[in-house]
Amino acid sequence: MKIAVCIKRTPDSETRFRIGASGSAIDEGGVKFDMDDFASYAVEVALQLKEKTGPGEVVAIALGPDNVQETLRKAMSMGVDRGIQLKADAVPFDGLAIAKALAAELEAGAFDLIFFGKHAFDTGSGVVGTATAELLDLPCVTAASKLEIANGKGTARRELEGAAEMVEFSLPAVVTIDEGIARPRYPSLKGIMAAKKKPLEAKPAQLGTPRVAVKGMALPPDRPPGRIIGEGSAAVSELVKLLQTEAKVL
Amino acid sequence: MANFLVFAETRGAELRKVAGEAVSVARRLADATGGGEVHALVAGPSGVGQKAETLGRFGADVVLVVEHVALTTFAREAIAETVAQRANSASYRAIVLGFSAQGRDLGPRLAAKLDAPLVSDVTDVEITGDSLTVKHPAYANKVIVTLTVSGAPAIVSVRPSAFTATESPRAARLEPLAPAVDPTAGRVKVVQVIEGARGRPDLADAPVIVAGGRGLKAPENFKLVEDLADAFGNAAVGATRAVTDEGWRPHADQIGQTGRQVSPQLYVAVGISGAIQHLAGMRSSKTIVAINKDREAPIFKVADYGIVGDVLEVVPALTQAVREAKKGH
Amino acid sequence: MLDFFNIDSQLSEEERAVRDSVRRFVDEHVLPIIGKCYVEGRFPKELVPAMAELGVFGANLPEEYGCAGLNNVAYGLIMQELERGDSGVRSFASVQGALAMYPIYAFGSEDQRRTWLPRMAQGEVIGCFGLTEPDFGSNPGGMITMANEQSDGTWLLNGAKMWITNGSTANIAVVWAKTNGDKAERSIRGFIVPTKSKGFKARDQKGKLSLRASDTSELVFEDVHLPNDAILPKSGGLKSPLMCLTQARYGISWGAIGAAIACFEEALSYSKNRVMFDRPIGSFQLQQERIADMLTEITKAQLVSLHLGRLKDAGSYTPQQVSLAKRNNVNMATDIAREARRLLGAVGILAEYAAMRHMANLESVYTYEGTHDVHTLILGQAMTGMSAFQ
Repeated sequence: MKIAVCIKRTPDSETRFRIGASGSAIDEGGVKFDMDDFASYAVEVALQLKEKTGPGEVVAIALGPDNVQETLRKAMSMGVDRGIQLKADAVPFDGLAIAKALAAELEAGAFDLIFFGKHAFDTGSGVVGTATAELLDLPCVTAASKLEIANGKGTARRELEGAAEMVEFSLPAVVTIDEGIARPRYPSLKGIMAAKKKPLEAKPAQLGTPRVAVKGMALPPDRPPGRIIGEGSAAVSELVKLLQTEAKVL
Repeated sequence: MANFLVFAETRGAELRKVAGEAVSVARRLADATGGGEVHALVAGPSGVGQKAETLGRFGADVVLVVEHVALTTFAREAIAETVAQRANSASYRAIVLGFSAQGRDLGPRLAAKLDAPLVSDVTDVEITGDSLTVKHPAYANKVIVTLTVSGAPAIVSVRPSAFTATESPRAARLEPLAPAVDPTAGRVKVVQVIEGARGRPDLADAPVIVAGGRGLKAPENFKLVEDLADAFGNAAVGATRAVTDEGWRPHADQIGQTGRQVSPQLYVAVGISGAIQHLAGMRSSKTIVAINKDREAPIFKVADYGIVGDVLEVVPALTQAVREAKKGH
Repeated sequence: MLDFFNIDSQLSEEERAVRDSVRRFVDEHVLPIIGKCYVEGRFPKELVPAMAELGVFGANLPEEYGCAGLNNVAYGLIMQELERGDSGVRSFASVQGALAMYPIYAFGSEDQRRTWLPRMAQGEVIGCFGLTEPDFGSNPGGMITMANEQSDGTWLLNGAKMWITNGSTANIAVVWAKTNGDKAERSIRGFIVPTKSKGFKARDQKGKLSLRASDTSELVFEDVHLPNDAILPKSGGLKSPLMCLTQARYGISWGAIGAAIACFEEALSYSKNRVMFDRPIGSFQLQQERIADMLTEITKAQLVSLHLGRLKDAGSYTPQQVSLAKRNNVNMATDIAREARRLLGAVGILAEYAAMRHMANLESVYTYEGTHDVHTLILGQAMTGMSAFQ
């Protein structure tokens, strides 16, 4: 099976963010970057599928400047066979622009499956995967929380609001991966060493023109300080009174 | 003067709450640009058109009704193509939809089909001259990003419950619209819809959420959370990552930076310590109540009201008190 | 993670990746259980397969023997992360890699290397290192364990070893013994001794208040019969086991940093959250001084070990340099653990918190692999040219 996984380099999700001097980007000082969480689930799904279905290849693709090579090598140290960097000076916020670059790369790849994370931690927009699928005119399952692939067909579960749907589709297809499907493996030390010898190709990205631009960034306003109103069930009546009179939510 | 297209989402033949919110947003944008028309497109089985007339209440001038038996479930490809073709045949300044399970799928499809810029999970939107300016919580709600969108149509996917569906009543004209492609011929076929727990609103829609964490000690104690949710009457039940990882609750209930992000009127955190990744999912709730036995737990720093105590003792007492308070209404 | 002088910028991508993988392993598998193991006095043996799969055994030995083939800075980072979990867990890896696999690699025949090393890398064969004796600790050259060659080329081993980490879990023991009745150091050779051999006994040393999550045993050899291919052919003299110790000590200098960082981060977090007299205790001057001192010592130690690792990789390091690193880093870690324990106040005596466990463990680390005092004299001799050992 030939599988592609599109991954992104994003800040560590535990970071306490500060806004940079420009006012339109985070202050990257001291921020650790790594493979995006949802992208790692997608890589894990791809690797498990390759392990299950026998001979094949998993390719990881990332768009961005040279610092994404480290992220591609992490994917390769997890077991991905090769990496492709689509070189761009910066990663635009506009997901459609990124999707165009990825679609141009994936077009001729003859992949059976293309995986994405459901969204990336930084933009939280969830555009790239499904837009890329549409540009490639491939069937797409957005945000699969369960996935089974067998005999050229797939079944997936998607969470709805207060319900879920089961869908079926044929390959080739695109699937964006939700949480809960798989726990990403961490690279073994041998995997890290092996990744150094795996091919990593860099080529210019054919980015679309971004039409979504960041004008500014701000931290959410601090919540006013709250208070502990008491201990044990003795505090309950006071709480109910406050919810009724002060917060007015009861 | 510009017209706006809304994808007014339904589940089966019923409009979803975010549909009214999306129409409201479009109405406000239309009024801000000279009072053009708002066209709301609904797609569903027979009868959905009648339900959709109510969208006039929120400001829809026209309701485009796409009725087909195969639209009982989410025929994503047919709907995307129908909306796109409509957008191509008429001229719209923007297309508004909800950032829901359906919207997350449709928005990017529309963007690609129309080569139109898309902004997702929007919590504020203004039209300023030629561009649209929106606010969007990024980095798992830790940073509010202001984005400008240039080009028309712009596709705006709004965060459910971030906008109020306000009244701007008019009599909406119903216009039937044929699906652009055969809804039964989609390459992603819905074979089953699994309903969740009956009688409780979804986390995205609920005004009150009661969420439980490891402090409950055992999965069976989640009953206390459910009882409290029932006492409030209109509450949803959520969970932390710790307990969904353990399998006490399904992953879909998880509130946190990789799970659901919610902003109810009232969030009651039961036995939850307040890890950063959980706070990212609920810190924008209007009022937060925390019950935890550890006074030093980080949750007390974001809670408006806290009770330090054993949840197994405090929650039943609170449930009782809430029931009584509600009876008094 | 504590990196006040941005040492990360001095690491290669691969070194960082190795560190991150082991860190994740420790966070997910070691930290949740280690407090309990320590209290129960049990080495978490169930982690050995996962540790092997990760590749931490003999990580700096060549790939052709099934090892990860990492450089020495990466090896050090592995030890640092393991000991951030627990000194006992790191001791297991140190013994397996530096004290059992390394001697087979350095002094064994090609046949011995191919027979043992891949299986030891995979955790299928566990090794231990038999040098220290009940009466010969700091003075291993005085050992009395003796191996006598028989007329048919086989060996008969008699003697006892003590304070042997992994002793009762091991499948093989790399035992250092004088040979053929010669009491001089020059007769010391290394032997691969299967622990199932007749006459070989391993007994747990009980009642430890330190390194409780580790197997420590005494070994007794009563006429243990060894085939002629049990001897490590290239071994000879005290130098051989001391070379192994230098390997282990290098790793320990990194490991101590891990323990110190664990204590520091726990204490720092506590100081920011614990409120007394209406303020977090981290706002009081005495606690800030504690924190500043800990930060400084850790930072210095990080730089010492990093530079030592680069020297080792360049092939130009000396055992005396390793002595400086081991002595300094372990000593500072014992101080940090104690100060962290004190900052935590009452809860600092609970197994739920790491400080006191590290504090107790580090007493063993201070004493083993060359006591602090021995390394003091090594450095004194290196500088003055005069031995103060006797």
